[in-house]
Amino acid sequence: MKLLTHNMLTSHVKGVTKGYPLLIKATEVKVNDVDFNPQFVCRMIPKLEWSALVEAADLLGHRQDLPSELVPDYEKNEDFLKKVHRALLEVEVIEGCLQCPESGREFPISRGIPNMLLNEDEV
Amino acid sequence: MECEGNYVKAGRRSKEEKKVFRKQLRASHTLLKHEGIRTTRQPTKSLVVANGGLGNGVSREELSAVLREMGAMENLVMPPHKPFAFVTYRCEEDATNAHTRLNGQKLLCAENSVVLYLSYVNSVTHQKAVAETLPQGLVLVEDFVSPEEEAQLLAAVDWSSAHEDVSGSAQKALKHRRVKHYGFEFRYDNNNVDKDKPLPACLPGECLPVLERCLRDGHINIMPDQLTINQYESGQGIPPHVDTHSAFEDTILSLSLGAKAVMEFRHPDGRVVAVVLPSRSLLVMKGESRYLWTHGITPRKFDLVPACESQSAALASPDVRTQSGLTLSKRGTRTSFTFRKIRHERCRCAFPSACDSQRTTSPSPASPPSLPCCRADAALLEEEYVHRVYDAIASHFSSTRHSPWPHVCQFLNLLAPGSVLADVGCGNGKYLGVNPELVAVGCDRSGALVQICADRGFHAFVSDALSVPLRTASCDACISIAVIHHFSTQERRLAAVRELVRLLKPGGQALVYVWAFEQEYNKQKSKYLKDHNRDSSPTQNSSKKTQEPHGEPDTQRHSYYPAEDKLSVHTNRTAFNSQDLLVPWHLKEGNKQDGKDSSCRLSSRTDPRPGCDSSREATHNPDSKPCSDTSGCSSAPVFHRYYHVFQQGELEQLCSQVAGVKVKSSYHDQGNWCVVLEKDPSLQMI
Repeated sequence: MKLLTHNMLTSHVKGVTKGYPLLIKATEVKVNDVDFNPQFVCRMIPKLEWSALVEAADLLGHRQDLPSELVPDYEKNEDFLKKVHRALLEVEVIEGCLQCPESGREFPISRGIPNMLLNEDEV
Repeated sequence: MECEGNYVKAGRRSKEEKKVFRKQLRASHTLLKHEGIRTTRQPTKSLVVANGGLGNGVSREELSAVLREMGAMENLVMPPHKPFAFVTYRCEEDATNAHTRLNGQKLLCAENSVVLYLSYVNSVTHQKAVAETLPQGLVLVEDFVSPEEEAQLLAAVDWSSAHEDVSGSAQKALKHRRVKHYGFEFRYDNNNVDKDKPLPACLPGECLPVLERCLRDGHINIMPDQLTINQYESGQGIPPHVDTHSAFEDTILSLSLGAKAVMEFRHPDGRVVAVVLPSRSLLVMKGESRYLWTHGITPRKFDLVPACESQSAALASPDVRTQSGLTLSKRGTRTSFTFRKIRHERCRCAFPSACDSQRTTSPSPASPPSLPCCRADAALLEEEYVHRVYDAIASHFSSTRHSPWPHVCQFLNLLAPGSVLADVGCGNGKYLGVNPELVAVGCDRSGALVQICADRGFHAFVSDALSVPLRTASCDACISIAVIHHFSTQERRLAAVRELVRLLKPGGQALVYVWAFEQEYNKQKSKYLKDHNRDSSPTQNSSKKTQEPHGEPDTQRHSYYPAEDKLSVHTNRTAFNSQDLLVPWHLKEGNKQDGKDSSCRLSSRTDPRPGCDSSREATHNPDSKPCSDTSGCSSAPVFHRYYHVFQQGELEQLCSQVAGVKVKSSYHDQGNWCVVLEKDPSLQMI
């Protein structure tokens, strides 16, 4: 699971009102080499929940000095975009789980894939 | 530019030399682009040998022979299936010598010849093969019979007589091999045995000492009563299959005589383990390896095997592969003796998804399910007839799904760059990469299919389409391609559309495809029906026959086609006679993946384009192809998937029940009904 996916995922357990962001509990994290496309990263940033990304990257030790608040004029700041690129697309949780911040329900991540299936009684 | 240094005179290259240099340069670029291998102009001790790879049909022995002539070799690494190899010499001079003398030279191999292009590399990037372990329950015993016993056993088989011969055994020439049965005949039409019709011939006496040894050593605890002898010539094989659970007891013994071969074991989750079966070895399949993993032999003339002969069992030690590397082994004639014990009671194994005794999705479901009348029933039906089936057929399903449908691509390509796309029910992810400018995530109910997406580098997770764990109003677009027809009640189909709409931002669009009841529209037959003649033997007559019990569809065109009490099983590539039905999937697992690199030449290699395949995969239908090679895949299981096929107008009607969204357009596309939905742009985020 890349942090891009994490940024979009939310807990969907029945009755939960504040299921975002999911807490990451990683036991294995990998950093992949992914081609850097500044324009792509640029377009992605406004779609993100910025604080959730920074928090998650921080938790996994890959925050690199990304600020808590989104900097203005990041479009021109290649160094900044590279860091976002790394946090979003290169860091990958291979094993571990995602935890719902409200209910505590854990969703396993195995071989890089989060399993978000719920039981019948949780829907 | 003069990377050859002293060895080539600057400025005075012949035309031929320039050509070689150009090609070498191109090879270097390809290596960097596709394999991330960085070459250098500065001489080093290591070289990458483009085209000199196992994937090009070059064996370790052949390559090693020419490289050795150039100097003292320290190491030769031949990555499996790749069209290149790495060689490291003791000193730089030898490497330079090899570079000068071999670059652009033709290497004659057993099967073909290749032109080698060499470039220096700073380090040998040698991805270590993941140490695979044997499937649970699988044991390989080497040298189980002596060469004398081997000769006796082979001599005991009389291949000269046809069919049921004087000796009372049963013989058949299948498309890919020949077989002979003793004790009971294995029937390839129903993948079972007639348990009350034993053959006159019992197991040949020559087998007795072998079987007694199996008993003594504890490989079996009861004497087998059925023997199948398969003979494979080089280039022949057997499709992946699980021996029918209801036909045979747990332990299956397979004795390999003659030439060795590589048998591939495949787990439903996509794991593949290749096991070298040396001559005179005994393979014991029990438990998971017998009940859940398929096993098969890919028809080919060469196998990839560990280079070190003495440790020929591929997995005997995990280090063998990485230390000694791989080479090619030419196949010869292999004869296998498979000993099995007939089962007289239902199988009660722990693998119901692969068990014909326990599964209702067996070739002819003894009692097909009824349409569900409550939510719990619906969930159960979908679990059994949708989710489990996709997990079981994932790799075969995926291999038949490489071509994105053009109209779906059109929708994706019209989205603004940077748009967030959710593909709900993404299957093997064939739409996730169509428009690389999108931020695309996919989800699917099948873990096996999501694994394929992840292996392709896409963002994907496992989830149900009724409860997608994505933030409300987070997506610019959603697609749901061939998904909603798998929900078994109107209420659930509606909930699936509602969930899609929830994900959309105001103004966002969703594209929905479902399979159409009308496979003939505007007097045009869909490809699904057209393909009928191409690859199946059942004729129009047989399809008519299956329609009869359901009345005359043509006179009821505008009313709902209720399923009978029990869901009917659809005949592939015929018109539908009910809206709710079970569609058979004939499992035939991926021979395609194997050895596909062997035809791939580095110099002529282009970008892998999953979308540019034959018209066959372009077929617009969510269904499998009936198997035409009955001898080949008869032993593969049949699965049934539940579908609700939509009538004209039904999808629009369904979507109109969802508030805050309007149907922007709808159309019929090769046997599918399709709508584009738009979420009300004035809606405020909830």
